[in-house]
Amino acid sequence: MSSTLTVPIPASPEPAAPAASRKCDTTGLNVCLGAERFIQFNAVAAVVFLLVGGIAAILLALTRWQAVHLLPVDWFYRVLTLHGVNMLLFWILFFEVAVLYFTCTVPLNARLFSRKIAWASFAQMLIGALMVNGIILKGQADVLLTSYLPLVAHPAFYLGIILVATGTLTAVYNFFATLYVARRDRTFEGSMPLVTFGATAAAIIAVVTLLHGAIVMIPTFSYAMGWTAQPDPMWYRMIWWGLGHQSQQVNVCAMVSVWYLIGQLTTGAKPVNETVCRTAFLLYILFINLASAHHLLVDPAVGSAWKIWNTSYAMYLAVLASMIHGFTVPASVELAMREKGHAKGLFGWVTHLPWKNPAFSGALLSLLIFGFIGGITGVTLGTQQINIIAHNTLRITGHFHATVVGGTSLAFMALTYYVIPLIFRRDFIWRSAARAQPWMFGIGILFVSLGMSFAGSLGVPRRIYDIDHSGAFGAAAHLMLGVMGIGALLAVTGLFLFVILCVGTLLFGERNHGRAMADWGVAQALPGSREGSLAEDHWAVKGTIALTAVFLACFAVYYFANWKALADVWPVR
Amino acid sequence: MSLSIPARDWFKPPAGAEKLWIGLALLWCFVMSLMMPYWHFRGKQNSRGEAYAVAPVTFLERTERFAAANKVGERNGVPIAEPAPGGDAYLLGRMWSWYPILKLRQGETYRIHLSALDLQHGFSLQPLNMNFQVLPGYDHVLTLTPTSKGEYTIVCNEFCGIGHDKMFGKIIVE
Repeated sequence: MSSTLTVPIPASPEPAAPAASRKCDTTGLNVCLGAERFIQFNAVAAVVFLLVGGIAAILLALTRWQAVHLLPVDWFYRVLTLHGVNMLLFWILFFEVAVLYFTCTVPLNARLFSRKIAWASFAQMLIGALMVNGIILKGQADVLLTSYLPLVAHPAFYLGIILVATGTLTAVYNFFATLYVARRDRTFEGSMPLVTFGATAAAIIAVVTLLHGAIVMIPTFSYAMGWTAQPDPMWYRMIWWGLGHQSQQVNVCAMVSVWYLIGQLTTGAKPVNETVCRTAFLLYILFINLASAHHLLVDPAVGSAWKIWNTSYAMYLAVLASMIHGFTVPASVELAMREKGHAKGLFGWVTHLPWKNPAFSGALLSLLIFGFIGGITGVTLGTQQINIIAHNTLRITGHFHATVVGGTSLAFMALTYYVIPLIFRRDFIWRSAARAQPWMFGIGILFVSLGMSFAGSLGVPRRIYDIDHSGAFGAAAHLMLGVMGIGALLAVTGLFLFVILCVGTLLFGERNHGRAMADWGVAQALPGSREGSLAEDHWAVKGTIALTAVFLACFAVYYFANWKALADVWPVR
Repeated sequence: MSLSIPARDWFKPPAGAEKLWIGLALLWCFVMSLMMPYWHFRGKQNSRGEAYAVAPVTFLERTERFAAANKVGERNGVPIAEPAPGGDAYLLGRMWSWYPILKLRQGETYRIHLSALDLQHGFSLQPLNMNFQVLPGYDHVLTLTPTSKGEYTIVCNEFCGIGHDKMFGKIIVE
């Protein structure tokens, strides 16, 4: 591999190498070997950073669980910084790059545009991540993930994050170039598959997000070097959250794509209506770019009109997108189950779902936790006025542990149960433990999220070492922090089990070259059933209709209960 | 199949249950987006973000002048200041205390000026759980009407260094 990293233009892809692809022994799809190699690199790096973040997580939970109070104060904030960057940036970004490389090659029968660019991306991201972790552990960047000015870290912290961002952008470039070449060379005919479409939406939002990152991090790096004056702290907040919040929409897009993918792999589901699913992705792209307002709802110098308009993203059309996916994903699974002959009553099909398949159970828990907890709390807390009784309390942390951990991370874990057998070509070891893993992680995170949310409703701040000095918080707050702590023990045990399963399989898993991967169990069709038999029945998905009706009722109750709680505090304007 | 190329004629309008759900979801989104302007005009709790540029040293001077002129007592060396009903009060956040202690009257309205001397801080009034962001360089004005008596604790809920968890203030309402 040449070390010169010149960037070729998309019109001139590298010359074809011998045996550029292989035929998958399980799915029959062509797998680009270049993409496969970098999916492997990025996935392994992702899991390593997940482990770092997981060790940090348990140290934090056992410190905030005031009865244990494990870490000393300086290490608490240091480990909190470490947890934030490793989980929210490194684990997720490396995994998303792996998802991008997969979705732009295998489903399109295409080849990765350039290995050199993939190397350039991976090297930048890895060096950046190691720089950031190194400087945090040296105690020179105790600024938390957000690094709000005038807090200032060692320049290496900002430089590392810039490198991770440019590395990710480089991978996104490779993704778009691959799409372009695939389209030009007609490796596929017609529209791209839904999973690739969702990944493309994620990649487009990622570009906007990472540009915000560059705009905010470069002047801050320059300030940390002593070259330029300190940027304004309010300006910093606004632009930083253009990075910090929109990157969560990248995660949402990637996660929803994974839901669709796992729905197909485990139950044979296909989208009920492609137009609806794709339009929903389009709504994310169009209406997500104002999301930094969520974090500025009780800030000075931005007025009510700005806050109201920007927090509802133009009539909540991005929320509409998530609510659409929240219907279409379960609807596609239900329809597939009913077509397989499991048509008894409202929920008769549910008992025949492949519950023992860890990819399925992980994706299902991801959908439920993201929707019922993460989504409902997110929209409510992001309501302009309601934010007064939520800002910077543990309610916020409770919300995003349901979206990005219970939602995105769990979906990525679920996908891994197919990535390792299909891309690394080794069957999982200790399969009974693998079947239990999503449940441990999902239920653990559920308790973490609920404990945090209730503690936050009692006023407990996020990001604080100790709540006892103030005398403002009583036994109920401590109980809820205990719930969070016990949930964290379960979730982190699930996380460690995941890492052990992945590493163990990569080292000791049986190779499945030349045969199909060991089956996790998929939904079975009854004799006499016919695929597509319900294609014209637009009211067949009765279980999903009931489920989404319950969802909407929960949403409305929680939403208006919060308005009531707000009405009970002192008048303020 | 989500992983395979869709049929050529995939472009179809939504139908049946899907169409109903999209309609309901859109309606709900509409209700939620109308709630905020409604509350802005009819509700009593709003964050308007009223703010003025102020140098930290100027804000310190104003706060000290306010505390001296309105001092009605002292607790642990921190002055207790009681602003005139309807008047201005100054509250300063710094590593790691809120200054001064404010004494307010139930049912009266005050303009509370919030700012920070050094880092960002978080004004979190407990046990009411009302939260506002405090930035250096910004004089953030809350027009506040205490409606319940008692002693309230101001906790800092924005990370501001090693002493963050020991940064408190008081608002006394009589």
